[in-house]
Amino acid sequence: MAQKLDYLRETPSQTAGPYVHIGLAPGAAGFSIYAQELGHDIAGPNARGERIRIEGVVIDGTGSPVKDVLIEAWQANADGYYAHPEGGGPVEEGFRGWGRVICDFETGEWGFDTVKPGPTPGRNIGPQAPHISLWIVSRGINIGLNTRLYFEDESAANAADPVLNLIEWERRRATLLARRSERDGQGVYRFDIRLQGDDETVFFDV
Amino acid sequence: MPKDGEFYQRDRGRHPPALTPDYKTSVARSPRYPLISLQSSVSEITGPVFGHGDVDPLDRDMIYNYARPGESAIGERIILHGRVLDENARPVPHTLVEAWQANAGGRYRHKKDTYLAPIDPNFGGCGRTLTDEHGYYFFRTVKPGAYPWRNTVNNWRPAHIHLSIFGTGFAQRLITQCYFEGDPLIARCPIVQTIPDPDAIDSLVAVLDMNATIPLDTIAYRFDIVLRGRRSTLFENRLEGN
Repeated sequence: MAQKLDYLRETPSQTAGPYVHIGLAPGAAGFSIYAQELGHDIAGPNARGERIRIEGVVIDGTGSPVKDVLIEAWQANADGYYAHPEGGGPVEEGFRGWGRVICDFETGEWGFDTVKPGPTPGRNIGPQAPHISLWIVSRGINIGLNTRLYFEDESAANAADPVLNLIEWERRRATLLARRSERDGQGVYRFDIRLQGDDETVFFDV
Repeated sequence: MPKDGEFYQRDRGRHPPALTPDYKTSVARSPRYPLISLQSSVSEITGPVFGHGDVDPLDRDMIYNYARPGESAIGERIILHGRVLDENARPVPHTLVEAWQANAGGRYRHKKDTYLAPIDPNFGGCGRTLTDEHGYYFFRTVKPGAYPWRNTVNNWRPAHIHLSIFGTGFAQRLITQCYFEGDPLIARCPIVQTIPDPDAIDSLVAVLDMNATIPLDTIAYRFDIVLRGRRSTLFENRLEGN
């Protein structure tokens, strides 16, 4: 016999279900209850850096858009600092770095406005390329899926990124690159997420 | 003095796997490739910080937070309360807990819910609160009803409250569901049974708490939540030390 390890065990996950909006985005469920819903403004009015828009759709294993998905985003500011006591440095007044978006119930399209993040420190080796961490929940997803959005126009930084380089299959790395275009003079990045099948998006155990 | 390092690895055997065919929607929404494992960087160890400016004290009272003046939600009045701890049994203070649920008849206030049980005009069905300095939280609400769903023809969800918890790092982000002690639908539910470990299922069942019950007013259930713990960095390059 030996001593017992008396750690508590993590509470298990369950699906967010089809009515996740009631709790996390009640306006989309069809009613107004809170003075302010959370997660609408990621960067705030004072953030430095390039203003960008991110857009995409989540696609299931049959090729159909997932129309009841909710995505949360977590990112650094243009200096590579997170709005957190361990975030590396100060951020602008009003910069939260966190956002929450839902998709259109008819088309499945989602999008959010933010600033392009700067590079952040990696773990022991080299800096991480600019990226936005995403967390995806919906009906049928039993535990939230973690992925990262990188920017296709950061090719030098992406080539050296310690996380992208962990992905053994080089072709799969491309599933994490958002595609840049311009609209009305603003950078727009397209990031479609494929849950299953051909070109399945890389998901992480973080 | 050792610093906090990465989060303990998630025990994926305690959580439901992605593919659980008895819960039919999971079949087309589950990745087929394995997850790529990451050691935590600053991107995972940090997460959003919320303050009292973000929530109103009334937000945690679902009996009144959507009720017309002088009225209240219909149903069994309950307090749901407990602590948010990490795996080291340390309290997680000042973290955001969000809740949502059906009304006493099992009907959600959502434009996609068409169940024939009626809407309660005084019940919205969502609440939110910050844990206090000891990691403690509470909500007041009505006990939700069971409701049917299109999985097999005769599937009924147990009474449940959905909970969303943040913790201090994005890697701790968790959504789960709280069930109620003694409900015979728990063992019959394909969503509950996505969890392979019976002990893990038990940890999602709130227990009747007569000590916290307010006599002649509101009955109470206790539900503690455990988030991932963090390792101490005893012998290692510091995360920010590049």
